[in-house]
Amino acid sequence: MSVKRVEQALTAAEKLNETLNAFLEIDRQGALERAAAVANSDGPLAGVPVAVKDNICVLGLQASCGSRILGDYHPPYNATVIERLTQAGGVVIGKTNCDEFAMGSSNENSAYGPVRNPWDTTRVPGGSSGGSAAAVAAGIVPVALGSDTGGSVRQPASLVGVVGLKPTYGRNSRYGLVAFASSLDQVGIFARKVADVARVLGAIAGRDSHDSTTADVPVPDYVASLTSDLKGARLGFPRALFGEGLDEEVGNAVKAVVDVYRDLGAEIVDVELPHAKYAIAVYYIIATAEASSNLARFDGVRYGFRAEDTPELRQMYRRTRAQGFGAEVKRRIMLGTYVLSAGYYDAYYLKAQKVRTMIKNDFLSAFESCDAIVTPTSPSTAFAIGEKVDDPLAMYLNDIYTVTANLAGVPGISVPCGLSMERLPIGFQLLGPYWSEPTLFKLAHAYAEARPFTERPPVFASTA
Amino acid sequence: MPIEEKDIAKVAQLAHLELDDEELKIFGPQIAEIITYVEQLNQLDTANVPPALGGLTPEGERTNSSRDDEIAPSLGQKIALAEAPDPAEGHFRVPKVL
Repeated sequence: MSVKRVEQALTAAEKLNETLNAFLEIDRQGALERAAAVANSDGPLAGVPVAVKDNICVLGLQASCGSRILGDYHPPYNATVIERLTQAGGVVIGKTNCDEFAMGSSNENSAYGPVRNPWDTTRVPGGSSGGSAAAVAAGIVPVALGSDTGGSVRQPASLVGVVGLKPTYGRNSRYGLVAFASSLDQVGIFARKVADVARVLGAIAGRDSHDSTTADVPVPDYVASLTSDLKGARLGFPRALFGEGLDEEVGNAVKAVVDVYRDLGAEIVDVELPHAKYAIAVYYIIATAEASSNLARFDGVRYGFRAEDTPELRQMYRRTRAQGFGAEVKRRIMLGTYVLSAGYYDAYYLKAQKVRTMIKNDFLSAFESCDAIVTPTSPSTAFAIGEKVDDPLAMYLNDIYTVTANLAGVPGISVPCGLSMERLPIGFQLLGPYWSEPTLFKLAHAYAEARPFTERPPVFASTA
Repeated sequence: MPIEEKDIAKVAQLAHLELDDEELKIFGPQIAEIITYVEQLNQLDTANVPPALGGLTPEGERTNSSRDDEIAPSLGQKIALAEAPDPAEGHFRVPKVL
C-alpha cells in the first residue's frame, strides 16, 4: 500500500514537473526503497509521500537551496525534522524548487527557473517555498515541508490554495535547515487538509539537542485539537490592516471569513497592532543582517562551487560568490553588510531590534483580548511571472501580513477561503500566541468544515 | 543619507562580492531606495525600548541547552572532505594567501 502510494506520487511528480518545475530532484529509486522499508510501519505518517524544500538536508539527496553555489552539494546528514519524519514512516520523494536561499516571494529567484502556479502557469506560486506549495496544490503529494522566514510557507500556500503553517519559533528544530535568518527561520508544513498539517507537526516538533533554540515545551496531540466547537473562542480583527495596499477582492473574501466565524459561535473582537506597518522595514534590516553573516560560509573552500582561474585567495572568495550567488542574494548580503557596518549599526540594526520589541509587545497585548487574530495572508492573489522582478521593494511588500509573526516568534497558519473572479486562490491567516498551534488548528479546521475548499487547479495529478 | 556607487562598492568589498560596473549601476539605486524605506523607523521614539535579542519565546529562553563536555561521534575526515572543491591529503586546499 505504502509503496503504491509513493510510486503514484513519483509518477505524478515526473509527469507534472515539465509544466510546474516544482522539483529539482525526484528520487524514484531511493523513495521506493524507503517506502518498502516502512511498509510495516505503524507510524502516524506510514507510507505518506513527502516533498521537501531544497534547503532542508536529506541524506543522499541534493541541497542546492535554489542556488548555483550549492548546485552539486549533497549534505552528509539528515535534518532533525527529516529524521523524525522518517521515524514516523514518511517517505521523502524529492527536493523542491525555491527562491535562492529562501529569499523571495515569487520563486523567480531560483537559479533553476521559476516554479509555475498550478492554477495558472503564467503566474508565480509565491515564495520562497513555491515548489513545495505547488507540489501539494497539484495533488502530487499530500504534504510537504518548507521554511518560513518572513512568510515563505504561508504566502505560497495562500497563492496556490493549500494550508500552510509557520509554527512558534523554537517548536521545530532548525538543525539541517540551511540558515537564512536564524532568529526568524522555522520549518513549516504544507497540506491540503488541516489534519495532515497537525499530524506532521506532531511527528517533527519538539526539543532537539542539536538546536539550542528549540524550546523545552511538551508536544501535545495536535490531531486531538481538531474539534469544530468554537463556543467561547475570541477572534481578533485588526481593522486597520484591511486598508491601503490590500486588493479589494482579497479584503472582501477575508471579511467574509470573519462572518463565517461569527456564525460558528466565535466572538469577534477589535484589536490593534499599531506597529505592524513598520514590520517590513524591521524585517529587511534584521533578515538581511543575519543573512549577510550566515551566508559568509559560502566561500568555495569546504563545499559547493568554486570559481576557476583565481590565483589568489581573496579573489577566489569574491569571484566564487559573484558567480555563485544570484542578484537577490547579493542585494540582501550587501544590505545586511551595510546595516551592520561601522557607524551604521545603531541607526539601522539596533533601531530595528527595538521596533521588533514594540511589534512583539503589540501581539502580547492583542492576545490579552483574543485567542487568535485573522488577517489576509497576502495582499493580492498570484501575480504574473516577471511582473515584479525589477522592483525589489514592491516584491518585499508582498510579505506585509506575514513578517510580523516571524518578528514576534508567534505561529501563523494560512487557510484557503475561495477563488477570485480570475479563479485564483485567496487565503486568510490566523495568528496566535506562543505555542497556540492547537488553537490555530481548531479554528482552521472549523472554517474548513464549514466552508470546504474543494476546487482543484487545472494542473492536477490524475492519480490523487 | 544618500547612498552612492562608491558606498555600494565598499560594501561589496566587505561582503567578498566582486561586482561589475553594470551590477553597481543596478544595485546602487535599488539599495538606496530600500534604505530610504527602512529609515521610516526613525519616526518612532525608541529611547526607552529594549532591543529584542534573537527570536526566543520566554519558554525558549528558559530552556537549558548546556550539556556535559563529552566526545561524541563526528563526520570524520573522509566525509568532511567529500564535498570540498579541492581536497588534498586530508586538507582543504586554497589558492595562495600572500
